[in-house]
Amino acid sequence: MKKAGYIIVILGTALVLSGCKKNTGTTGNPDADLAALTVEFDHIVGGQNLILNNVNYINAAGEMYTIERVQYFISNIQLAKADGSAYTVNQDSSYFLINEADAASRLAKVKIPEGDYTTLSFVLGVDSLRNTMDISKRTGVLDPAAGNDDGMYWGWNSGYIFFKMEGTSPQAPADPTGVRKYRYHIGGFGGYSSTTINNIKTIKINLVNKGIAKVRKQRNANIHLMVDLDKVFSGTTLISIATHPTVMFSDYSVNIANNYTAMFLHDHTEN
Amino acid sequence: MQQKHYILLAVFITVVACSKSITEKVFTGFAAPKHFPETKYNFALNPVTQAGFELGRQLFYDAVLSRNNTISCGSCHIQSSAFTQHGHDVSHGIDDRLGRRNSPPVMNLAWAPHFMWDGGIFNLDLQPISPITAHEEMDESVANVISKLQSGTKYPALFEKAFGSTTITTANFMKALSQFMLMCVSSNSKYDSVMQQRGNAQFTADELAGYQLVQQKCAPCHKEPLFTDFSFRNNGIGIGANNDMGRFDVTLNDADKYKFKVPSLRNLAYTPPYMHDGRFYTLEAVINHYSNTVQQTPNLDALMLQNNGQPGIPLTPDEKNQILAFLRTLNDKIFITNSLLSEQ
Repeated sequence: MKKAGYIIVILGTALVLSGCKKNTGTTGNPDADLAALTVEFDHIVGGQNLILNNVNYINAAGEMYTIERVQYFISNIQLAKADGSAYTVNQDSSYFLINEADAASRLAKVKIPEGDYTTLSFVLGVDSLRNTMDISKRTGVLDPAAGNDDGMYWGWNSGYIFFKMEGTSPQAPADPTGVRKYRYHIGGFGGYSSTTINNIKTIKINLVNKGIAKVRKQRNANIHLMVDLDKVFSGTTLISIATHPTVMFSDYSVNIANNYTAMFLHDHTEN
Repeated sequence: MQQKHYILLAVFITVVACSKSITEKVFTGFAAPKHFPETKYNFALNPVTQAGFELGRQLFYDAVLSRNNTISCGSCHIQSSAFTQHGHDVSHGIDDRLGRRNSPPVMNLAWAPHFMWDGGIFNLDLQPISPITAHEEMDESVANVISKLQSGTKYPALFEKAFGSTTITTANFMKALSQFMLMCVSSNSKYDSVMQQRGNAQFTADELAGYQLVQQKCAPCHKEPLFTDFSFRNNGIGIGANNDMGRFDVTLNDADKYKFKVPSLRNLAYTPPYMHDGRFYTLEAVINHYSNTVQQTPNLDALMLQNNGQPGIPLTPDEKNQILAFLRTLNDKIFITNSLLSEQ
């Protein structure tokens, strides 16, 4: 028993050491053996292309609305093959803030080994571990210093906003300046010292019907997803803007999070 | 085995680093008082250095952290008031806007497991984001503060001195502020002298009687030596006009409605008014509340029912005076006058 323990320790140490060696090897680039894959997030509303600000849409409750801002975190991207084996993208390179107003942000670019992949999965949100990490690990899109309006971090209740969608609707109450806005800021990683709502959602998408991702070094495969934002208002719960114009850190937010897990539709894959 | 060596080496390096700072004349580094419990802050990820502390102090007192450069951290956390905002029931921020809660003291934060009245922030390095971005406090974005600091002439060099790079990051900005706040340790009250048997420090008869009363009637929540157990409780002061639900806002748990963090009893002479919304202007009013006016509201703490199940903690006039005498021994004049913590 004791001997086996030693062997495990030695083996573990060897693995750790070899792992280090790989990263600092002569090639100098641990990504050298990997190939490019892009996941494209293409926003639509029902059967229409999303156009920010200017176009009216009608939700399942029959309410007219516009979308002025939509942004959300995608993280922990994983690709699986038909035989069930899976590759998880290096966590430090696997956080993306998808923002309709920033075209480049809608392409999540990762590096994975060559292969034919049949399933894509990712987390919509930021995992609880990253939510509680030292501030020096929170760089790039996770930097809590982002602006107040487009920021994705709650300063008063430490944690990331996973999904933010705002717009106007005649059904929303008028604010003091006369603007009728709805605001959905969805987050909640389960709580640090006390348990609370957990809106971290894992999205799993089968690629078989619309085209598997054939990832090769000389090419850049692109998994093209349509993201139907109208699903935010429908799905498991019918959301009415009139009844719920503002949903932020509250129990009700769970309904919106459950709805938007159904908004990702695989359209095609460009190999 | 090898790992052990590394740990030893790391400890050795830390010890060397610490002993170096001890030789400084003014700055002596962070030192936990012997009678205090173990610290909660992770110093390994942000060792307090003289350059980091001095940078943090400069930032703490710099109004550049607010939208229109009018409000600094020190505006609402005034050293002479034990780093609270004297005389304000709720915090008074930018453009004369009022917050909804009383400015809490910047004191003994290395031991705090969470921050703010509702404990919504769980790491000191994340704490300044809240007042900087709050509409009624500094109404600024952290990104904009960093860009102001970066484009000025003073700060890039100070950041280089403290963190080895003139590029100012969110992490280094926050860690510098943490280094200053961690150094705000209050442990030199008469109570501390008595506990540490410094000189001939002794309680008077009234102080001693008050100490015993506090141990009997207040200690479960106001736990020595920090005089808080950092728990969230409803002490029966009644629901405020703005229906502030305290801890509930963070947990969304009905059992947390109207609970607020137990504040420390240290430095009360300098920190009126009291409670999360500053509704009591005198300590006498606070003690009379516990004795006479505890209200039965949702989630009232069981310890508020010491009077045969009736709300309140019965106290005679003599007992109240003895408690007040003891509470005065928790005032730390050295803390509120320490020039190391003052604006330079």
